[in-house]
Amino acid sequence: MFEKIEPVSLASILPPGPAFLQGDEACAEGAIAAGCTYYAGYPITPASEIMEHICRRFAELEGRIFMQMEDEIASLASCIGASWAGALAMTATSGPGFTLMLENLGYALITETPLVIVDVQRAGPSTGQATRPAQGDVLQARFGASGDFELIAISPWSVQEMYSETIRAFSLAERFRVPVILLADEAVGHLRESLTIEPTVRMYRRSRQGGRPPFGDAEVPPMPAFGQGEKLLVTGSTHDAWGYRRTSSAAAQAALVERLCRKITAHAEEIGRTISYCCDDQPLDTLFVAYGFTARSALRAVIEARHRGARAGLLRLVTLWPFPAATVARHAAGARQVIVAEMNRGQILREVQRVAPAARGYHRTDGEIIQPDELRPLIDEGGRQ
Amino acid sequence: MKPGSNASIMRLLRTETFPTPFCPGCGHGILLGALLRAIDESPWPLERYLFVSGIGCAGWIPSPHIAADTLHVTHGRPLAFATGARMVNPELKIVVIGGDGDLASIGGNHLIHAARRDLDLTVLCANNETYGMTGGQVTPTTPLGVQTATTLQGNRERPLDLARLAEAAGATYVARYSVWHTRLLIRSIRRALAHPGFAFIEVLSPCPTQAGRRNRLGTPAQMLRALNERCVPLARSQQMTAEELQGKTVIGELVGGS
Repeated sequence: MFEKIEPVSLASILPPGPAFLQGDEACAEGAIAAGCTYYAGYPITPASEIMEHICRRFAELEGRIFMQMEDEIASLASCIGASWAGALAMTATSGPGFTLMLENLGYALITETPLVIVDVQRAGPSTGQATRPAQGDVLQARFGASGDFELIAISPWSVQEMYSETIRAFSLAERFRVPVILLADEAVGHLRESLTIEPTVRMYRRSRQGGRPPFGDAEVPPMPAFGQGEKLLVTGSTHDAWGYRRTSSAAAQAALVERLCRKITAHAEEIGRTISYCCDDQPLDTLFVAYGFTARSALRAVIEARHRGARAGLLRLVTLWPFPAATVARHAAGARQVIVAEMNRGQILREVQRVAPAARGYHRTDGEIIQPDELRPLIDEGGRQ
Repeated sequence: MKPGSNASIMRLLRTETFPTPFCPGCGHGILLGALLRAIDESPWPLERYLFVSGIGCAGWIPSPHIAADTLHVTHGRPLAFATGARMVNPELKIVVIGGDGDLASIGGNHLIHAARRDLDLTVLCANNETYGMTGGQVTPTTPLGVQTATTLQGNRERPLDLARLAEAAGATYVARYSVWHTRLLIRSIRRALAHPGFAFIEVLSPCPTQAGRRNRLGTPAQMLRALNERCVPLARSQQMTAEELQGKTVIGELVGGS
């Protein structure tokens, strides 16, 4: 059974129409538009602008709480506490800080706590290059926490999407009671370009209905807040539908993990968002699969190839997790070669190869963006094959 | 029903979760009783309370036993979780309970920063000077010379004075008692609950299973008596020389008392 909840419409906070913002600022504005009432974070390049913008803007608005915490562990911990107190909570960081958050990401997953984590990826591992872009946290986001679970990760490619996908991240978090990770990168975070602000925002809000088990019964159970008189038992241990620990019951462990995963996988189509460009005249000579900033270069390469008469297309992944395997498989089937371009050593390539084994990767891990010109020879080679 | 009486505080418990997981002779049950009596004698209904605890024996003091909202979190992080709830809902009475491992070792950073912010929280540190749940390893509060699972020749690292640490970090109510001093402890918890800032109470609690057996400290009753003999009230300690205070623990309201 899926808990039916209806989306709400909110008036946009920014004036509707064209705007010009930095990616990190647009993310902050998206959070504000979605109704984010609690932000906690710790300074880190290249995500600090999100925190600073939220700090400045929250001060102008009613009922919004900003906290600079002592570290990233505490940042996410306080977001979880805030979410259970009824807030819409967000934190933002980059790779090294995201690593610190993995502990409480696991806690948010097992307690089904809706919140948004923004990871503006930079070159790693570790401190790496703080001001250089990368897409190296794709698998960290998916598998970094301990145990088995499903979560949602989204990769915005523009300032527009830093705004609108942040709103969607909040909506998905509320709808599925799950932490949603916005996997941005330094290039899109620091990019300045125009975007359009819609007059209203439509999004889901969690059910706070009391008297029902907050951890079971429904696929996505209602989530009352602290202070509502529900005597909530919230624990990171394996628990039953009412939150009582069941730390030696195989059945309880199996049922909990099954539901945590199923509530996401059963709705992969609703969560999934992919956009295809120039893919209508199959068979293609070359299909690019790309996401985030890299997809901009891939699209440019595709358009230039089309001008040269080559049949190239792009499948852009906006939702990375759960992985849109069916869509990728369908597109890959209609292409002579599939190239996954990404600023890592093949983190999404691995997933693509599970449905299109012949797919190959084009990678950069030198802290530089992938340029359209680099992709041109790959298209031309494919045409000659 | 008299507030603070046995019959009265039983109403504050989820008795279906009994027995508690505490070993015979553990001081944590006494601390739970003191907390419930203080709550029962205070003006706020239990529905207003949120209990936040972490991992370790002390994490089980509120959760799942107290019939109120409880948030049982990752090791060391209860103060960080409590910060979010505190900021979002000012109506909540938030009590954070952790052990010395939870609040002073892995969570030491959160302790000093929550105290520095003077957040309106009541924090009870059940200090048993050992990692009870994991087998009796040394903690930051284990006294010098004490044998633990990881200090076979006796602890050589000087222990942290948690009450003084909280004071230095900016806590505006700081007290220390042991579970022997239940009446003083109940009064202190009541005052901490009423205190509109960061209230920290270090509560010495014996661990007969892990610390007692290994160091041949006798029966739980003998350990409790030894705890009492070790503690010196603040006023008396001020008349004592440094030599006389060697090996003693000062108890009382150290900051913000009446």
